Amino acid sequence: MSDTVLTAQDLAKSFGGVRAVRGVSFAVAAGEMLALIGPNGAGKSTCFNMLNGQLRPDGGRVLLRGQNIAGLPPRRICRLGVGRTFQITATFASMTVRENVQMALLSHHGEAWRLWRPARTQRIAEAQALLEQTGMAAQAGRAACVLAYGDLKRLELAMALAGNPSLLLMDEPTAGMAPDGRTALMALTRRLAAERGLAVLFTEHDMDIVFGVADRILVLDRGELIAQGSPAAIRADARVRAVYLGSGATSGGH
Amino acid sequence: MTFLLLQALTGLASAATLFLVAAGLTVIFGVTRVVNFSHGSLYMLGAYIGWTVLGHLPRTPWGFALGVAATAVALAVLGSLLEMTLLRRLYRAPELLQLLATFGVVLIVQDAAQAIWGTEDLPLPRPPWMRGFIVIGAERFPSYDLLLIAAGPAVLAALWLLLHRTRWGTLVRAATQDRAMLAALGVNQRLLFTSVFALGAGLAGLGGALGLPLGSANLQLDLSVITDAFVVVVVGGLGSVPGAFLASVLIGVLQAAGVALVPKATLVIVFVVMAVTLVLRPHGLLGRGGTLAREAEAPALVVPATLAARWLGLAALAVLAAAPLFAGPFAVAVLTEAMIAVLFAASLHFMMGPGGMASFGHAAWFGIGAYGAGLAATLLAWPLPLALLGAVLTAGVVAALFGWFVVRLSGVYLAMLTLAFAQIVWAVAQQWTDVTGGDNGILSVWPSGMLADPRAFYWLTLALCTGGALLLRRVLFAPAGYALRAARDSALRAEAIGLNAAHLRLAAFALAGAAAGLAGGLDAFSKGSVFPTYVSIGRSVDALLMVLLGGVQTMAGPIVGAMVYTGLYDLLLQTVALWRLVLGLAIVTLVLAFPQGIAGALRRGQA
Ligand SMILES: Nc1ncnc2c1ncn2[C@@H]1O[C@H](COP(=O)(O)OP(=O)(O)OP(=O)(O)O)[C@@H](O)[C@H]1O
Ligand SMILES: [Mg+2]
Repeated sequence: MSDTVLTAQDLAKSFGGVRAVRGVSFAVAAGEMLALIGPNGAGKSTCFNMLNGQLRPDGGRVLLRGQNIAGLPPRRICRLGVGRTFQITATFASMTVRENVQMALLSHHGEAWRLWRPARTQRIAEAQALLEQTGMAAQAGRAACVLAYGDLKRLELAMALAGNPSLLLMDEPTAGMAPDGRTALMALTRRLAAERGLAVLFTEHDMDIVFGVADRILVLDRGELIAQGSPAAIRADARVRAVYLGSGATSGGH
Repeated sequence: MTFLLLQALTGLASAATLFLVAAGLTVIFGVTRVVNFSHGSLYMLGAYIGWTVLGHLPRTPWGFALGVAATAVALAVLGSLLEMTLLRRLYRAPELLQLLATFGVVLIVQDAAQAIWGTEDLPLPRPPWMRGFIVIGAERFPSYDLLLIAAGPAVLAALWLLLHRTRWGTLVRAATQDRAMLAALGVNQRLLFTSVFALGAGLAGLGGALGLPLGSANLQLDLSVITDAFVVVVVGGLGSVPGAFLASVLIGVLQAAGVALVPKATLVIVFVVMAVTLVLRPHGLLGRGGTLAREAEAPALVVPATLAARWLGLAALAVLAAAPLFAGPFAVAVLTEAMIAVLFAASLHFMMGPGGMASFGHAAWFGIGAYGAGLAATLLAWPLPLALLGAVLTAGVVAALFGWFVVRLSGVYLAMLTLAFAQIVWAVAQQWTDVTGGDNGILSVWPSGMLADPRAFYWLTLALCTGGALLLRRVLFAPAGYALRAARDSALRAEAIGLNAAHLRLAAFALAGAAAGLAGGLDAFSKGSVFPTYVSIGRSVDALLMVLLGGVQTMAGPIVGAMVYTGLYDLLLQTVALWRLVLGLAIVTLVLAFPQGIAGALRRGQA
């Protein structure tokens, strides 16, 4: 892979006695959609948290374009071009949808500490453009705390994109959405990946989506990477089948 | 060497009573999640009731033991009554309102105790058997103190057995660690909570009675004990009895050593211990995080004022500016006070609403500003503008330094730490007599020249206070204010978009401190004097009441709240003798009527 954006090497994390992630290594290239799948509690979110600085890894390295970022705080990693959405959405409830995006834009441009001009009058056009892109323009004036869950996911995506990232981490981006919405959002992400050369790492429980949009798939089970490869290879992998049949989490269609 | 040993033993003796109070406080918090501000009042009642009871009993060791036990039982009964009438209704209310309501109880108990026992200190004459001592080196050490030293571990052991060897204790521990599980067990929660409260209150009563021979029953006990107990509970870890024991020994000994070695710095030592503990172990020595977390109240959408509201504000400002032309001197004095209150309340709102840091010791900054201005004007003979600037800068800088410890905390921990800090500032103001004049205060802090005319001073105050409040408001709607609110709404998301939540909170803390300092400085010049009451808990509560009265969620709330509160307060002071009792009852009633806050009630009314 020539244009590697992120490389994880031998990542490990334990919580007390629980070894949530053990020795996970992989790489994502620009423009690539990489899916991270695995049963509940496999360690997917923990991996994400180590990549964006939410958690400090017990061992291993995270290289962002060659620079080791493991252990940096999230705000520094964000500034290096990593955007993220959360499994349990995190937005600013006391602001409108547009203000949420404006806030992300202001922070990205280093304008968050300004003291005088009202924030709601700044970077409106950019915020609106991002909301258009994510299909949230119609709700720009609504309070973030009254949005439906799927819309919150979309808002999170818009906020993550406001930082003009080169790597996007999406933890269950379509949870809580209707099937049409899911496909549309992932198609959008796919397009962004292609247009901007954005590297996307995402987790997802809907296997139709995973096998439909991912270029490559990583399979995690109890903290260990048990397989990685193209969708076709993963589908044929005996261990993966065992894990999924064993946990009964197989989605229809394959 | 002997001297240090004696000091350490003295420290251990005072640690024992402190532990009794703190153990009760921490058990109550662990189970009910209520920070009981009135716990110090229960201790004070223990001392007073103990004084009365022991006065009627034979002055023998058995008489004493009987009297102490009777006092503990009396307090347990009083505590259960308090729980059943008041606290039971507050379990679901926001922390701040719980603190406020229980502070209302403090006020009520103060006036009641004064009415029953008078204002004199009531020492307990030591019977002969209590005057015994042992000799250590060349010094005498009272054997009663040895008894107290033994009482601490004895009570700890008894509590441990109670908590680990009885079914009741198992339930208490289950409730402390996992409330959902408790509910699932189908336990009678009401009975459990009441009995826990009775135990805690009984321990406070025990402490009050046992501590009586060391000092006296007096009206200052409640607040001094609750401050120390807060420190102990925070250092030990909320909900942890062994933690409270460790912390009370640590603090008791350090305090005693401090008194011996650096008398002036004792309180500072206590504060440093607390600060260092919280930085190294944010949940205290033996506390656990996570499990004690509570759901935060959902914040409301903040919208700028409507055009009509702006015109209304402008009209009000015009009336206020014209007031001295038609109002008398008394009205001008009240309006000056109200304007100062507006800035004071706005500064608290700034950090507590959008900043999400509810302070229970906001008077610290007000007081530092007042003392700063007062000292600058008298000792240094600075002119008013310079003295005010000094007040703002001093308060701002001290707030920035202190804020460094505070901004990493939240909720109860933050409220307690700010309260403890304010109490330390208060104690410094009272004890550092060479500089602050102690209780005599600083006098003759009058503005000179043109500003000596109260009307001119009022206009200056109006300009500075409304100007200050409007500036704070401006900042709140600017990107920095949004960023601050972002960090409050979701620290996770704020950090993920590149914001430094700790720095934002620190800046907000310092700015709020500076603004409160300006209010304090103006107050010093307006009254012509500065007293330790400027830093009292009562003053901090005033600010909280103003903000809560007006509503935390709106930006105009603190301004309206401050004006209404100042007016009502002045009226109360002039017309009612037992004003503390009335104010306390009003606070309790208010909280019971609007357990989700007044703003919350209004919002629900609209919806
Ligand atoms: N902060 C934490 N403290 C203790 N244990 C944790 C913590 N976070 C995660 N774990 C544990 O680590 C393991 C991996 O959790 P993780 O959230 O990474 O799984 P996941 O693959 O994202 O699962 P899901 O599909 O349910 O989101 C689980 O056993 C979980 O209980
Ligand atoms: Mg997860």
